Amino acid sequence: MVAPAPKIVYQRPASLATRVTHYCPGCTHGVAHRLIAEVLDEMGLREKTIGVAPVGCSVFAYNYFNHDYVEAAHGRAPAMATGIKRVLPQQTVYTYQGDGDLASIGMAEIMHAAARGEQITVVFINNAIYGMTGGQMAPTTLPGMVTTSSPGGRDVESMGFPIRMSEILAKMDGAGYIVRRSLHDPANIRKAKKAIRLAFETQERGLGFSMVELLSSCPTNWKLTPVDALTFIEDRMIPMFPLGDYKVNDEIANLRV
Amino acid sequence: MAVKGWIEVNELHCKGCGLCVAACPQNVMSLDMDRLTPKGYHPVHLHAEGCTGCGICAIVCPDAALTVYREVPVKA
Repeated sequence: MVAPAPKIVYQRPASLATRVTHYCPGCTHGVAHRLIAEVLDEMGLREKTIGVAPVGCSVFAYNYFNHDYVEAAHGRAPAMATGIKRVLPQQTVYTYQGDGDLASIGMAEIMHAAARGEQITVVFINNAIYGMTGGQMAPTTLPGMVTTSSPGGRDVESMGFPIRMSEILAKMDGAGYIVRRSLHDPANIRKAKKAIRLAFETQERGLGFSMVELLSSCPTNWKLTPVDALTFIEDRMIPMFPLGDYKVNDEIANLRV
Repeated sequence: MAVKGWIEVNELHCKGCGLCVAACPQNVMSLDMDRLTPKGYHPVHLHAEGCTGCGICAIVCPDAALTVYREVPVKA
């Protein structure tokens, strides 16, 4: 009898560096990194991709990918990506930003990059908290959510409401692909990967600004176990940040990948 | 014959977060409490027969620590 040949169902993508990440156990930043690496491998873009790292937990993203990376000042990743893309229009340029970086400090840069219709891709990690600095309230923190700077829970009367970036950016004429996905279970992770793929396809076809917002977990600062943090995304974050396609260019909507 | 699969755990990358343990449809994964990785975590392992090589553990793994294999039946 011939021994059955083993088939590799899954292995670490080549675009992901072998370095161990500094992320806490169970943090879905790692899932987002992996999905980007898988998409770049599938599309064969690794040799011509330039990433722009933000400030935040993902500040060391440049260490974790096997392609070119630059580090931007806090919130200025879309501005830096604009410059790179305009000087090197043949390269694929994307930014990887958290909610503090994109929705707070970098609000001006992201709005104007989208309004100008820059041909860049933005991967936006929304975990409703400032992770790196120790769990302070972010613009995306849920009403009533306890953080180190809102110990009584976010009071919307005095601290305002969370900002929904996908909905805002979808109103921009320059945007070609704006969607929100979640990383809380295998089915949604697969959908998130497809969204990242379509965002890069948008850029490759020159159809405008593309952004994928990913609801992500922060077990350490939410003070939950990694598994409970995923349940928190499903039960608490998705009602506030509904998943869906907020703006999809017709050409991308008809694309089959 | 049931499909047979198995996983290989990169113990340098596994942080013992347990997301794969919760996601495994066959419930054959657990943290190996008798072992420690170089970083001091209990790595995940297969504690029983029954892995089908579906790859769901690898989809949820934040550290890409898992390689998933599946036996391909050879036609006689």
